[in-house]
Amino acid sequence: MKKKLIVLLLVVALVGLLAVSVVGCKEKDEFKIGLICLHDENSTYDKNFIDALKATQAKYGLTDEQVLIVTGVPEGDACYQEAAKLADAGCDIIFADSFGHEDYMIQAAEEYPDVQFCHATGTKAHTEDLPNYANAFANIYEGRYLAGVAAGMKLNEMIADEEITTAEAKMGYIGAYTYAEVISGYTSFYLGAKSVCPTVTMDVTFTGSWYDETAERNSAIDLIENRDCVLISQHADSWGAPNACEERDIPNVSYNGSTESACPDTFIISSRIDWSPYYEYVIEQVQAGNPVAHDWVGTLENGGVKLTDLGATAPAEGTAAKIADEKAKLIAGTTKVFDTATFTVAGETLTTYMADVNSDAAFTPDTEAIADGYFQESVFRSAPYFDLSIDGITRLNAMF
Amino acid sequence: MFKTKREPLFHLVKRIDVSKKYAWAVRIGAFLLSILVCAAISSLLTDKSIGFFFKYLFNGTFGTKRTIWNLFHETAILLLVSIAVTPCFKMKFWNIGGEGQILMGALGCSVALVFMGGKSSDGATIVVSLILAFVFGIAWAVIPAFFKARWNTNETLLTLMMNYIAVCLVNYFIKSVASSSTGTLTFKDGLVEPIGGNQFILFIIVSVVLTVLMWVYLKYSKHGYELTVVGESENTSRYVGINNKLVIIRTLILCGALCGLIGFLLVSGVNHSLGDATVEGRGFTGLLISWLAHFNPLAMGLTSFLFVFIDNGASQVSNYARLGASYPKVMTGIFFLFIIATEFFINYKIVFKKMKLKEISSNGDKDIDKEVKEPQENDIDIPKDDNNAQEGITEMIIKEKI
Repeated sequence: MKKKLIVLLLVVALVGLLAVSVVGCKEKDEFKIGLICLHDENSTYDKNFIDALKATQAKYGLTDEQVLIVTGVPEGDACYQEAAKLADAGCDIIFADSFGHEDYMIQAAEEYPDVQFCHATGTKAHTEDLPNYANAFANIYEGRYLAGVAAGMKLNEMIADEEITTAEAKMGYIGAYTYAEVISGYTSFYLGAKSVCPTVTMDVTFTGSWYDETAERNSAIDLIENRDCVLISQHADSWGAPNACEERDIPNVSYNGSTESACPDTFIISSRIDWSPYYEYVIEQVQAGNPVAHDWVGTLENGGVKLTDLGATAPAEGTAAKIADEKAKLIAGTTKVFDTATFTVAGETLTTYMADVNSDAAFTPDTEAIADGYFQESVFRSAPYFDLSIDGITRLNAMF
Repeated sequence: MFKTKREPLFHLVKRIDVSKKYAWAVRIGAFLLSILVCAAISSLLTDKSIGFFFKYLFNGTFGTKRTIWNLFHETAILLLVSIAVTPCFKMKFWNIGGEGQILMGALGCSVALVFMGGKSSDGATIVVSLILAFVFGIAWAVIPAFFKARWNTNETLLTLMMNYIAVCLVNYFIKSVASSSTGTLTFKDGLVEPIGGNQFILFIIVSVVLTVLMWVYLKYSKHGYELTVVGESENTSRYVGINNKLVIIRTLILCGALCGLIGFLLVSGVNHSLGDATVEGRGFTGLLISWLAHFNPLAMGLTSFLFVFIDNGASQVSNYARLGASYPKVMTGIFFLFIIATEFFINYKIVFKKMKLKEISSNGDKDIDKEVKEPQENDIDIPKDDNNAQEGITEMIIKEKI
């Protein structure tokens, strides 16, 4: 036993000595950015953040030492620890990408008042009201609406080719959770498709995970084979669904980035959030010593919402022109995605709806969201709060 | 001796009387070698130098005050998990449900926090959440123990499957109390306050105290003796008048209570939240740690420390070299591979054709035919199979085997 203890002590002492020599090197005082990611580049969601940050890094000519990317950070105390470590390493701005990171980012923001903390998809910046804590999101529902237009064009083409009847124009959608971000996303996608193909219906299924390749794949297969869906889209981060579509030759509208490399025959289009305008905005505000807005929203106009190029073979003819047309209308404000004239809830046109904008434990609805004839999505805070179940969309399961 | 088949180029011989000095030299050598291999692989597969690897390996572990605290905090959590499952293993009850038992403890704690947090006093909430964590953790450990004691069911399968049930229960609970959440519940009231403003110290103190207590319990208490005998041979234990069923259930209650405590500390003291990934796989890593340390609580401290050292250090290397989230897992995998292989070289030696003659002359005929029978089982098994049960027990009780 004694010997073991001695050995243990020796090892600890050795490691300690080496450590002291390392601690000696002090970090230089230069501009630094940190990014905390839930997964890594294998997840399309995180890849989107990482790629945008790399682009921003190249634009400002920053070194790898100045732009730190921490991957695989769970939504727990580990997030706070990593944020604090980045602050200790001299970061001036720290971003986090996952919804569950929010409370830990706020905790770190309170402890490091000189560091700007920015959290994507979060909901609490406007109520916490900290000078150094901000939320950001994008009007991705506009991007999804346009992707939905491309899907509707494809359905119209299938009807014209007599592959399906108007009644068989049914889409399938794989979502992660029954959470406003997902609901807002699939509803806008559906409304986009409906704007060009009025008879379209949609089945939605949920996997209960942001990244579960097997579940996403199996859900896609189920929608295609058992629910007769002729077009699939998804809001989850693996390539499970697009790959399943490619194998079965079912057109797919993707999210977070192009899946054309693996699915050349079935890829139609993908919408995604481009975070580089946000990174640039925050960097410029912080360097100029100006405050960062509590809520920042990416739009088609400021480049926060992007559509990828159309696929080479799958999209219907004339899709590109139609999308350009619709995009101009969205930017001009003449088309509203959640125009209450275009959808009904339980057969009724919506005239009033209290949304849960200010976070509280009981999820109390607190803000009137219908005004000027449309649902005011991402106006009162950046993160989505549209969580209505509209007619034409069937939720197959709602357990998540 | 008549030779009936061709002699292989080399064969393996079990070492008799392995000295502790030799064993520890091999282990420490293996650890250092594993670090070197990690460094070599990292620099070969990336454009970074070996110096870069070591710089950030130490920077991520001993770089700042926070990383040092973090290192010992993570070590303490992992150590406590290994401590919790150790009595089961010593009893040869293959409880691989540590993950689920801790998660249930976390769930029990969360139930109290949801229904009492902010409504009752913090003190009352903490007491109730601790009690519920104990109850839930114990329940999840006692169910397989009862089935094992009553019907001799396979505890490995049962405990494994119950992990998944625990995950589902946690998700169900979160969904039912917060319908619009994305899989995590967060808590604000009724939590354990950090001791002296240091959020790390609580886990470290609890872990050290319980490690020492567990060491005493296993080595000097009657309970510890009984569970070792039950693990060694159920017939022997029956013969000496030990109630096997009682011992199995009692030991699993202890294990469940410790797991419940860890769940409580993780929710109330560390994360202040509940999700199905709250335990972060430590329940499984803890098993390996316990095994590798041969169920010796003090050795577990060292093994946990080395594991966390590599894990945290490699994470930092990964952050600075942009290697992704899998990189630290590859590095800890290499570490485990080396340490497990070490056990093989401690227990066996490779004898080549020529060497064999010498061996025979020095050891007599004893070793000749003792080719390896299932090294995977033997190399991590403490009591030697060739001893009979009675001898094995005595050996284990008299001198602690490493």
